[in-house]
Amino acid sequence: MDSVQRHTIAVMVDNEAGVLARVIGLFSGRGYNIESLTVAEVNDAAHLSRITLVTSGTAMVIEQIKAQLGRLVPIHKVSDLTLEGPHVARELALIKVAGVGEKRVESLRIADIFRARVVDSTISSFVFEMTGSTEKIEAFIALMKPLGLVDVSRTGLVAIGRGPDPL
Amino acid sequence: MSIQQSIDPAVKAPTMSGAEMVLKALVDQGVDVVFGYPGGAVLPIYDALFQQNHIRHILVRHEQGAVHAAEGYARSTGKVGVVLVTSGPGATNAVTGLTDALMDSIPIVCLTGQVATHLIGNDAFQECDTTGITRPCTKHNWLVKDVDRLARTIHEAFYIARSGRPGPVLVDLPKDIQVAQGTYEGPQNIVHKTYRPRTKGDGDKIAAAAELMAKAKKPIFYTGGGVINSGPRASELLRTLAHATGFPVTSTLMGLGAFPASDKQWLGMLGMHGTWEANHAMHDCDVMVNIGARFDDRITGRLNAFSPNSTKIHIDIDPSSINKTVRVDLGIVGDVASVLEDLLAAWKAGGYSANRGALDSWWQQIDQWRARDSLHYAPSSTIIKPQYAIQRLYELTKDRETFITTEVGQHQMWAAQFYRFDQPNHWMTSGGLGTMGYGLPAAIGVQLGHPEKLVVDIAGEASILMNIQELGTAAQFRLPVKVFILNNEYMGMVRQWQELQFGGRYSQSYSESLPDFVKLAEAFGCVGLRATKVSELDDVIREMISIDRPVMVDVAVDKSENCFPMVPSGAAHNEMILAGHSDGDPQPQVSDEGKAMV
Ligand SMILES: Cc1ncc(C[n+]2csc(CCOP(=O)(O)OP(=O)(O)O)c2C)c(N)n1
Ligand SMILES: [Mg+2]
Repeated sequence: MDSVQRHTIAVMVDNEAGVLARVIGLFSGRGYNIESLTVAEVNDAAHLSRITLVTSGTAMVIEQIKAQLGRLVPIHKVSDLTLEGPHVARELALIKVAGVGEKRVESLRIADIFRARVVDSTISSFVFEMTGSTEKIEAFIALMKPLGLVDVSRTGLVAIGRGPDPL
Repeated sequence: MSIQQSIDPAVKAPTMSGAEMVLKALVDQGVDVVFGYPGGAVLPIYDALFQQNHIRHILVRHEQGAVHAAEGYARSTGKVGVVLVTSGPGATNAVTGLTDALMDSIPIVCLTGQVATHLIGNDAFQECDTTGITRPCTKHNWLVKDVDRLARTIHEAFYIARSGRPGPVLVDLPKDIQVAQGTYEGPQNIVHKTYRPRTKGDGDKIAAAAELMAKAKKPIFYTGGGVINSGPRASELLRTLAHATGFPVTSTLMGLGAFPASDKQWLGMLGMHGTWEANHAMHDCDVMVNIGARFDDRITGRLNAFSPNSTKIHIDIDPSSINKTVRVDLGIVGDVASVLEDLLAAWKAGGYSANRGALDSWWQQIDQWRARDSLHYAPSSTIIKPQYAIQRLYELTKDRETFITTEVGQHQMWAAQFYRFDQPNHWMTSGGLGTMGYGLPAAIGVQLGHPEKLVVDIAGEASILMNIQELGTAAQFRLPVKVFILNNEYMGMVRQWQELQFGGRYSQSYSESLPDFVKLAEAFGCVGLRATKVSELDDVIREMISIDRPVMVDVAVDKSENCFPMVPSGAAHNEMILAGHSDGDPQPQVSDEGKAMV
């Protein structure tokens, strides 16, 4: 049987009304997973937005997802970064930890090891900002749990191919 | 705006209202008929319509009817069908038709009125989120917010509807855009930014397909609606290829007519109500060439038992159809006509010929399956068998060009099994969505595309009531469509499933309180006829054909007849139930898993 794999897919779309709804509707309508989705305009002259999608499924499902995305009219290009070779993938997370005393000091020490920055601080809380791979962010969040983790906000993954060529 | 532009009249493009632009764009797209229904949000367009005489407007009686009529028109002519409806309820009433067209890949442009742009989002009178509601049931849709983009959007809409895998598109037109003045843009220079479907198949893969075909011992062509959508040339090429190879041909419900039913190589339809020979040949083949079909669940039966030992080649214009449900060995993305052209060339260039010896024994095997005569039914001299009624309809109409539409149910399957189609575009049925109420409006659309031809809707007494109001349309526009009702006083297909899967508990499937169809036809200004005895049938059919007006015929048929063969849901392709459970084979039972399937 086919095993389920996680894929990072980059999609260039016309930045027109409803395009995100089309992509999301496709996933919900056909029962595909979305683990994360990010979108922003990346070329204002050509009104192009780039969507980075993390999804999982068997090889056959991933192939379907790409073919179905390719069928949407305002889509320029669908690239499976996971298949197409080396790429860099990053997330940004804001992580709020509340606490005093030893726990507070410990959270700061770990943040330092993870190269998370303090972007807000009160006498009883920190907000850390960190970028990195999903695994790194998850590891950091796990460590913060016993130290007073109260809130997390994450962007989801953005990704880009390595080397000189564009998508 | 530069001064130059504003003062030089020669450079200035024509200015007109949005409503006038709609009409001009339709004319420039070669549209001659629009199916529609007016309302507040499209009044400016209806006013523009009133003041021109290039485009004929067919006033339907329900917006669902407008879309099905446009589908019938499109499928029988190869052109794009056009629909015009108002906002809110007009748009929501069109949703079933749009979904139907999406499932069956029928090119439709649906224009909907919308409340004025400044009111959108305010729950204004007859406002609904039309583009939101129709996003999943159109190939694409647009909300026009700038009158200067209106004409361009309509041209784009036609392009998207008809190219690649065809489908319905929708353009939502706020009322203020319809009255605003703007510049008209013609269809000439519209190049779509992103949508350029591939039509030419990969040469290497086509060569590989030819080689596989030449090596095949038990080949089959499994054809579908894509052959019809590709145009008449595709059907011709299919015939040439079939004759060049000598391979057997079967087809889905949607593909009937692409290959002649009168041809020796024709196995009949395959799938849930397909013939014994078609389904067994699919199951046992060693090379399957799928041409424009999509491995729909009505075709495959239980997926893990589907044609287990074949090498599968799949030709489809839609890349997402390939490897969707069935893994294939060779997927060729392209337009059927173009790929078949290249495949024939590759077949000749390779100097290939079929493996004669193997093919002969394959045909012997097929002939044994054929000998089962799986469409056999017990004839009767006292009661009209529904299959017999269709056979008589075929015999009495086969010498003239006849177009058949259907509703949904047993009568639809019997029509597919017993009416014999030799030409593409002459069979219009709701395949993917299975929409009761499709047939009458579709027949109206067909009749408009083919004014002098005989158009018959083979109907069930339950289905016909779903869009019966369209008899008014037929009467108003003097469209001599024929409605041929196989009246079994049951939602027969529902009754059949209840008999086979639910212990004969006929929950809500009896057609209670039926109208008198003869009087009903007359009430609409049409002609009503009735046949209750076998001896009356031929005369009634002849009379129906001879009347140059819309006619509805109520044929009282056997109430308990079931449609066979049948692959019960959840069963494998080669596990079919046949009529008259007499001969030795044990009949397959429906599993609980099967009951969970539609
Ligand atoms: C709009 C719609 N509602 C419900 C169904 C489910 N359905 C399929 S066939 C059928 C019965 C059709 O009865 P009739 O038109 O009399 O045809 P018969 O099967 O008796 O030939 C029903 C209810 C459907 N296909 N379409
Ligand atoms: Mg019935």
